[in-house]
Amino acid sequence: MRLLLAAAVLALALAAPATASESHPTLAELESRVMCPVCKTTLDQSNSAAAQRIEAVIRQKIAAGETRSGIEQDLVEQFGPAILAAPPHRGFDLLAWWLPIAALVGGGLVLGAAVWHWSRVRERDPEPSPSNTVLPEGAGGGTDGAAGIDPELERRLDEELARFDA
Amino acid sequence: MARALKLSAQALSVALVAGLLALLVWKVAHQGGGVASKLRRGHPVPAPGFSLSRLGQDGKVTLGSYEGRPVVLNFFASWCVPCAKEARTLQAAYQRWRPEGVVVVGVDWQDFSGDAKRFVRKHGITYPVGRTSSGSVVNSYGVTGVPETFFVDRRGRVVAHVPGPVTNDDLSAGIREALAE
Repeated sequence: MRLLLAAAVLALALAAPATASESHPTLAELESRVMCPVCKTTLDQSNSAAAQRIEAVIRQKIAAGETRSGIEQDLVEQFGPAILAAPPHRGFDLLAWWLPIAALVGGGLVLGAAVWHWSRVRERDPEPSPSNTVLPEGAGGGTDGAAGIDPELERRLDEELARFDA
Repeated sequence: MARALKLSAQALSVALVAGLLALLVWKVAHQGGGVASKLRRGHPVPAPGFSLSRLGQDGKVTLGSYEGRPVVLNFFASWCVPCAKEARTLQAAYQRWRPEGVVVVGVDWQDFSGDAKRFVRKHGITYPVGRTSSGSVVNSYGVTGVPETFFVDRRGRVVAHVPGPVTNDDLSAGIREALAE
């Protein structure tokens, strides 16, 4: 119950600014959502004559009380859909929103499956290590430190030690 | 099973890379830069046809409807200062060369229709003006900004191009070239 209440409060908290932005858009907000058709940057990054003219029209429309989506729709009718910085959430343009997410999820799944597969292979065929290396009978002696020493090396070591003692 | 999965994944990856490569080749082959860049190589280029909404009036402005006549095709926008400067020159050329069958066609681009109508009224433009909000006509001609002017001869070939504002001399030279063919 508490969880549901928290979710509802969070949804309301997020929805309130979105509604305010839709009904009372600001110039700064629209400047970052609308492209300058000449310089191919958003309006807030452009100082071209075309950008200035579009900004002036947006300012007039905001003063006239038009909504954000209404202003954007008017601009699309005048300049085409490329005037918007982000593609609309409908029709074919939905692909631009969902394709990266699908690619990310798909890539994650493939990577996860590959990691799972490799870990299974390693469990089945463990790599040889000093602890499980089988040495020839009699080799390595009984002490822990000598385990895994090459018999030829051990023989040479014994010879050197014998020569040193002599 | 694991081997089959590995092979399928490899085949899919190769197919994906091949597909992207084919897309790249297609894109490079089809973006010739439009009429403007082909014309720079020195040969007349067939003028890409178009049919645009007529500014301030019903009907269309269609290049095909001027077949057999030289056409001066001018891309402009109302917010463009050089466009305003050349507007009267274009209108004067239209009136001067009209008896020879020459027609001037304006194409308003990247503009508000209300602004464009005011621009046409303010500069006393009487030649046909079309309006485009898509980039297809503009891309086919290789227009990079406004103003730009193309000269189409009687055979429907672009014979000259002036990027930037046109002068009286530019217009006379271009029209003479279009009439010569």
